[in-house]
Amino acid sequence: MELSGAEIVVQALIDEGVEYIWGYPGGAVLHIYDALFQQKKIRHILVRHEQAATHAADGYARATGKPGVALVTSGPGATNAVTGIATAYMDSIPMVVLTGQVPTPFIGSDAFQEVDITGITRPCVKHNFLIKRVEDIAETIAKAFYIATTGRPGPVLIDIPKDVTDPNVRIPYEYPRKISMRSYKPVEKGHPKQIRKAVDLMVKAQRPVIYTGGGVILGDASEELRKLVEVTGFPVTHTLMGLGAVPASDKRFLGMLGMHGTYEANMAMHESDLIIAIGARFDDRVTGKLASFCPHAQVIHVDVDPASISKNVKVDVPIVGQVKPVLRDMVKVLKERKTKPDAAALKAWWQRIEGWRAVECLKYPPSDKVIKPQFAIETLYKVTRRRDFYLTSDVGQHQMFAAQFYPFEKPRRWINSGGLGTMGFGLPAAMGVQQAFPKATVACVTGEASIQMCIQELATCSQYKLPLKIILLNNGYMGMVRQWQELFYEGRYSHSYVDALPDFAALAETYGHVGMTIEDPGDLEAAYKEAFGMKDRLVFMNVLVDPEENVYPMIEAGKGHHEMHMSPYLTAERELA
Amino acid sequence: MRHIISVLIENESGALARVAGLFAARGYNIESLTVAPTEDPTLSRMTLVTYGDERIIEQIIKQLNKLIDVVKLLDLSEGPHIERELMMVKVKAEKGMREELKRLADIFRANIIDVTATSYTIELTGHGHKLDAFLQAVPEETLIEVVRSGPLGISRGAKGLGL
Repeated sequence: MELSGAEIVVQALIDEGVEYIWGYPGGAVLHIYDALFQQKKIRHILVRHEQAATHAADGYARATGKPGVALVTSGPGATNAVTGIATAYMDSIPMVVLTGQVPTPFIGSDAFQEVDITGITRPCVKHNFLIKRVEDIAETIAKAFYIATTGRPGPVLIDIPKDVTDPNVRIPYEYPRKISMRSYKPVEKGHPKQIRKAVDLMVKAQRPVIYTGGGVILGDASEELRKLVEVTGFPVTHTLMGLGAVPASDKRFLGMLGMHGTYEANMAMHESDLIIAIGARFDDRVTGKLASFCPHAQVIHVDVDPASISKNVKVDVPIVGQVKPVLRDMVKVLKERKTKPDAAALKAWWQRIEGWRAVECLKYPPSDKVIKPQFAIETLYKVTRRRDFYLTSDVGQHQMFAAQFYPFEKPRRWINSGGLGTMGFGLPAAMGVQQAFPKATVACVTGEASIQMCIQELATCSQYKLPLKIILLNNGYMGMVRQWQELFYEGRYSHSYVDALPDFAALAETYGHVGMTIEDPGDLEAAYKEAFGMKDRLVFMNVLVDPEENVYPMIEAGKGHHEMHMSPYLTAERELA
Repeated sequence: MRHIISVLIENESGALARVAGLFAARGYNIESLTVAPTEDPTLSRMTLVTYGDERIIEQIIKQLNKLIDVVKLLDLSEGPHIERELMMVKVKAEKGMREELKRLADIFRANIIDVTATSYTIELTGHGHKLDAFLQAVPEETLIEVVRSGPLGISRGAKGLGL
């Protein structure tokens, strides 16, 4: 079979099993777009801004576990995609991004729409390629997918100069079946000796905590983690990226940990004598001040990326390997052991934890006059709990409220930008999820600041009839910025007020969607029910919430887990009691 | 602590930039970096000298290994090894100084590789300390130009760093 470079690009993607591409055409990718036009196997989704192409591909990848694919042109097309690439990189999301490039003879001449995109993205991709010969296209694409999806996943960028895809140059095509690279050999199983050492510590532990992150979700290891929790009876806490690995309704789940984590999760970490970190990377939003992080604990760390181990926190038992086989082996060794975890110690440990739990750190002041953002999320859960439901979010207070108040029962259902914290992520990510699961209910919780960073995608949703449910928690502020200014800058709200807001409901309607404005707490549940009842329509719910509500509990940046601020409401209530 | 690290890396465009970029982005020190293709033209060998405490060096090695283009890596400082650096020094060699500079070169087992009526160019190979000592010994006012390669390193013994 003889194909042109452009046809090879498309055929290789088909052979890789790609179903969707999110993209935006332009000069340097016209040959590829022409080849896309002449086939029926891959569906191309036209976004309205390249940032959304990468976020949508990312959302698709997070929900399905399959690599997301984006296609953009050279120059501004490529630079617009960078935020989405960096977002995927920080959260280790498998993605392949194809960028057009000026023809090879023009590279380096400051040609029209030329940028050195491999140079620009080098620090925020797992790897990138610049293809210089048509003969290299198939193998490079195969390598890109292999690299993106194995080991610690991540985005891979392929830059393709226009002349390489010339329709008049045709060469024989064959897609490489198997990729083997001498310089890249991802690990699979963990070392048995290390796993035995970890189990030695686990059966001796008096106050153990299992702390897991996005690696458990990405490694599809929720089942194995649940077994470990079952076999040990240890308490378990998740990072923002790890929510859903263990069902939130499980008694042994302590809630999220870190800056806005629960009191019981953070206190358990602080008092623990053994931390079992699994697919988590000791991010500063999780650890707080490193010097006072888990002062009494030994640390076991399971991670597929050796560079994550002992990066921020010194690890006593490192286990390099994929989380799934490591956990499976760990459970096996535990079951074979004659010595079991110390039941008496564990019982006493749980009693202490229940004491912290009794604080009910997430309690907030109820109101029948104004919609509390926490109430908006709780009500959302009430209305959607029986659905096949995915929730994406943007970045800020609404993201934290969703993480705290929506109990996720399954992995891959909570989709948000954790590492990079990218405002504008939520809506395009939801498009990717909805495309992957057309029958599922997909909602995006957002803020009036975040949504405006990718609001143009309402047009894409209209074109492809994506029945998303957008819940805009509108407080008129960049809430998290305002919260920090209130707490740490004596209330000087420097540029955090979002003035000149559009009428969001009307705006949604001009794009052909259904718009709603909700301001009475009493109307909220009925409004949600009505919105979620509209199966085939995108419904944009502008929910006017308490403008100055804060996210609590909170650990200030640079403080330890034991130095949490509780909400003033909770503190006052306790004083009264 | 000073570490000298040898890296075998795919000889592809951008490979050097990936290593240099990694050091810049993560704020690691880099004292010197030398690179050239090996006997296998698809591979380059890089020798880099860096400073840091144990934790930083461990991170540097892990982050280098994480680069897709890096095939193999060895921290030479972990075992017995040999380091050599090449230096070329251009000095003013006018009447009265020519003999003394020639004697100095001989003492350091250096070679004079270019001569003009008023200058010598001296080539010297050795451990960095030896090169430093030579520069100390040369009268400062005679120095015109100094160029150093940065160290190359190889481990002692029969075993080699290869695929």
